[in-house]
Amino acid sequence: MADSSSSENGKVCVAVRGIRKNFGENEVLKGINFDVRCGEIFVIMGPSGSGKSVLLKHLIGLEQPSAGEVHIDGHAIESPELLSKYRIAMVFQSGALLSSLSVSQNVGLYLREHRLKPLDEIDDIVREKLKIVGLEGAEDKMPTELSGGMKKRVAIARALVMEPQLILYDEPTSELDPLISITIGQEILKMRDETGATSIVVTHDRGLGFGIADRMAIIRHGEILALGTPMQVRNSENEEVQTFLNASFQRQPNDNEQNEEEEEES
Amino acid sequence: MFRDIGKMTILAWRTLAALPLTFRHFRKVLEQLFEIGNASLLMACILSMFIGGVLALQTGPVMVERGLASVVGAVVGLSVCKELAPVMMSVLIAGRIGSAMAAEIGSMAVYQEIDALRTMNINPVHYLVLPRVIAITIALPCLVLFADLIGWVGGALVSATNPEIAITWQAYFSNLSSVVDTGDVLNGLIKSGIFAMIIGLVSCHQGLATIGGPRGIGRSVTKAVVNSIVLILITDYFITRFLLRMDL
Repeated sequence: MADSSSSENGKVCVAVRGIRKNFGENEVLKGINFDVRCGEIFVIMGPSGSGKSVLLKHLIGLEQPSAGEVHIDGHAIESPELLSKYRIAMVFQSGALLSSLSVSQNVGLYLREHRLKPLDEIDDIVREKLKIVGLEGAEDKMPTELSGGMKKRVAIARALVMEPQLILYDEPTSELDPLISITIGQEILKMRDETGATSIVVTHDRGLGFGIADRMAIIRHGEILALGTPMQVRNSENEEVQTFLNASFQRQPNDNEQNEEEEEES
Repeated sequence: MFRDIGKMTILAWRTLAALPLTFRHFRKVLEQLFEIGNASLLMACILSMFIGGVLALQTGPVMVERGLASVVGAVVGLSVCKELAPVMMSVLIAGRIGSAMAAEIGSMAVYQEIDALRTMNINPVHYLVLPRVIAITIALPCLVLFADLIGWVGGALVSATNPEIAITWQAYFSNLSSVVDTGDVLNGLIKSGIFAMIIGLVSCHQGLATIGGPRGIGRSVTKAVVNSIVLILITDYFITRFLLRMDL
């Protein structure tokens, strides 16, 4: 096992070896290899449909690979005691809040179901975590009353409650405005700094990715195109990586605008 | 269908294995009981009233014509408690509650709520299936007991008011009570308990197996109701044979 698969100071490390995944004849992941070091923020970036979210599901055992292995702290992800041994949280793209429970019940679900704290204490913890994500006073709201951004922040609060050793974020800033995206990015950094949790973030938001990553991987069509620090990835010579990193929308001038420009020039 | 039965058997085994955790999920069981009772009691009363009534209406005149007026109460009483109440209530509950269970769990599966439970190391069978199966297994026999009583009253009302039958309330119930005994009522309750487990397990299984979007949820709901009713009717025959052999 690689060095990165052993824990440091209670932090959890991840090793991904040769992961392949087929859905029927469609090969979504084509042999992915990488290590996530203990306590780092590892960003997986790539265009939509490149297999990022499927890869993330493999890292928490929600999908079984067609081939290859995922090891968390040296333990195979399939081992049944893994989730009881390590606290692993995932912030889903949609938030995945339980729609029949209120915000406070969602956030306190882990502690309540595992009976880790008395109910009064759980209420205090829930209030504290909701305050961290800027949602104090939203305890009694139902998920249907929340906007997309609020749902995501509740999902982050639900993950915070677990005090996770490994936290996985699936597109944490999709559907969010730039200001909330910055807040979410800051929350991810703050959480790592405060708890030392190893974080894996899947995103296609380049601003977020380069802003928070210690190391990152660019994935396209189920293959890793570049892997390293943000600087190494930015300087990658791979053409597809550069296309992805430098893509920007440029409006083509229409005929009227072109004529106006010519008139102005003349 | 056979693959579904296989997976359902595994789910049944996991639910049985989780039975010692019932007390831990007691609150959820109560919530489900309230949900089932609240949604079905009125409907069960209306349905059973008319079942008893129509049974008296169909059999009463024929029996009276042949001088068998004294057994109308017994015929209606036995038919209602041994067969019609358990089966009809189960069909009603499969449509009313089984569909709701499959839709709720199905939408949880589609919108990744069940994945979220798994990541929190919360077993969906313990959290979702166990309370529902226990609640429905308690609620359905209770509803059947209600349906027995109301069905008998429905039969008595029609027997007393229909001029072609014209059997007094007292005569009807005296005949019914002399023939129908606790064992007959128990027979229906045992059946309904088994039917309830079938509805709970089929509906939860279909919910958990839901894939796709809203169309997938619709498919699961349809399968949950249809498979429940088919299994109830098939199982009914075999349980009836078994209970007859046991002299119940």
